[in-house]
Amino acid sequence: MAQSGTQVKQPEGGAERPEFKASMSTRYGLDRAFTVLVTVAALVGIVVLVVLVVDVIRDGSTMLSPKFLTSFPSQIFPENGGVYPALIGSVWLLGLTALISVPLGLGAAVYLEEYATDTRINRMIEINISNLAGVPSVIYGLLGLGIFVQLLAPVTGGTSVLAGALTLSLLILPVIIVATREALRAIPGSIREGGFALGATRWEVIRSHLLPMALPGALTGIILALSRAIGEAAPLLVVGVSLYQTYATTGPFDGYMALPTQIYDWISRPQQVFQDSAAAGIVVIMAVLLLANSVAIVLRNRFEKRA
Amino acid sequence: MSELSEEQHEVRQGSEGAPYDDGSTLGMKIENLSAFYGSFKAVTDVSIDIRANKVTALIGPSGCGKSTFIRCLNRLHEMIPGAHAQGCVMLGEQDIYNKSADPVVIRRRVGMVFQKPNPFSKSIYENVAWGARINGYRGDMDELVERSLRQAALWEEVKDRLKESGYGLSGGQQQRLCIARTLAVEPEVILMDEPASALDPVSTQKIEDTMAELKQSYTVVIVTHNMQQAARISDYTGFFYIENMGDPGRLWEFDETEKMFSNPDRKETEDYVTGRFG
Repeated sequence: MAQSGTQVKQPEGGAERPEFKASMSTRYGLDRAFTVLVTVAALVGIVVLVVLVVDVIRDGSTMLSPKFLTSFPSQIFPENGGVYPALIGSVWLLGLTALISVPLGLGAAVYLEEYATDTRINRMIEINISNLAGVPSVIYGLLGLGIFVQLLAPVTGGTSVLAGALTLSLLILPVIIVATREALRAIPGSIREGGFALGATRWEVIRSHLLPMALPGALTGIILALSRAIGEAAPLLVVGVSLYQTYATTGPFDGYMALPTQIYDWISRPQQVFQDSAAAGIVVIMAVLLLANSVAIVLRNRFEKRA
Repeated sequence: MSELSEEQHEVRQGSEGAPYDDGSTLGMKIENLSAFYGSFKAVTDVSIDIRANKVTALIGPSGCGKSTFIRCLNRLHEMIPGAHAQGCVMLGEQDIYNKSADPVVIRRRVGMVFQKPNPFSKSIYENVAWGARINGYRGDMDELVERSLRQAALWEEVKDRLKESGYGLSGGQQQRLCIARTLAVEPEVILMDEPASALDPVSTQKIEDTMAELKQSYTVVIVTHNMQQAARISDYTGFFYIENMGDPGRLWEFDETEKMFSNPDRKETEDYVTGRFG
């Protein structure tokens, strides 16, 4: 520390240099303290997740088997029951929701970032979209019930998996839009100008340059959004998900069961076997989520490499 | 002829494509061009005859509207929200600010290289081929890419890695890639907005060499802050200047480069080119 307070005199009567006095041990100490702090913060998240997963797998292990995936739930022989219709229903929900919300979300984001001028109406739309991300999901359920299940019953077939997916799409659209807009905004304006200067139309610039460059960022938002959609139970209960049905969903206009509502149903029953089934159901939903996310991550990495 | 004033005389010459006294022809005729950002007038009343197959340099202090001005020549200025331009810019027989003019078509005919290299996030090959493809190029694409890269003096450096990303190139190479992609759409005029300001001297030299080649087949307009560069590479020079703070920029003087740098008519021009201000 000897040199930390050293003064250096300017030659030939120049002004005295400002002094720098700092205790390096304090600065490095703070540095280390901060490292510990952020490591602990990260560990808390990881440890809680690991405990949760281990606990759930242990509880569910008695029920987990290939048969669990291929059987219908049963009240008479609950130990032989499974999640088959709920799993199929959730896969339908996830697929339809992605099909509906991804193009709509990308489109809305492109409009707001690339086409919209700064008018009062557009500013209102922007603020509303950001606020929509914070609305409780059950409210979306009520909206879906009013619009997709009742008003649009001739189109959606009432309490169909399509109506459920439309409701979930509304729920996650804001997340996709906001993430995609952020990704588009991060692209420097010089890329757009470079395209226009070659005689490209707006659409050509968007299609060839902006969308491919924004896609990795947008996919991150899409992954988060779809993860949320597959875990939602509340809005589905409002728009008429089946708690039990004797068939698996085979088309968009069929009725449907879903994993979160199946788990909710099991968990509300006191018998141990239902509690174990719920745990096993949670393992299944996590596996589906993991699978869907890894597909999205592979896609994202491929686009990142190309970019 | 004798009853025409000198100015009218020149207009007639220009529009008929007849040569000027020095043998050059008209490339782009700009009359009373003003550029606005919202209600703010950034450039006012610029009139220049840009000579074909010559390099025209635009110099002047920062913020006096040079860049804004050349962005009006390919109608890129109006892409900025709230911005617009007024006046007449003749490209051949067409006024590019006429209602019937299609800005997308104009921008293919008047290419632009920007201050900072802005290659697309694609392969080197695709960077060059993309503009030609969207504009409906029907010929041999490989041949066009090679020719454009050769013209931009980049071919030898990249011929073995055409499939690699343009982002992997150095700044100077990226800028030449941007020149190549501009050449690939066969523009008539190439606008360059300080194309070498972000580059090292060696890369700058290469770009300047490229420009000397380019004027054989293209009309080049270049904005530069580098007076030596303007003197080295240009045939004509325009000096932009703002007299009082807050005024719009205007074209203060325009003449052959030699005259502008040795014996300009106006004092401000002389002060600027001799480095007394700016």
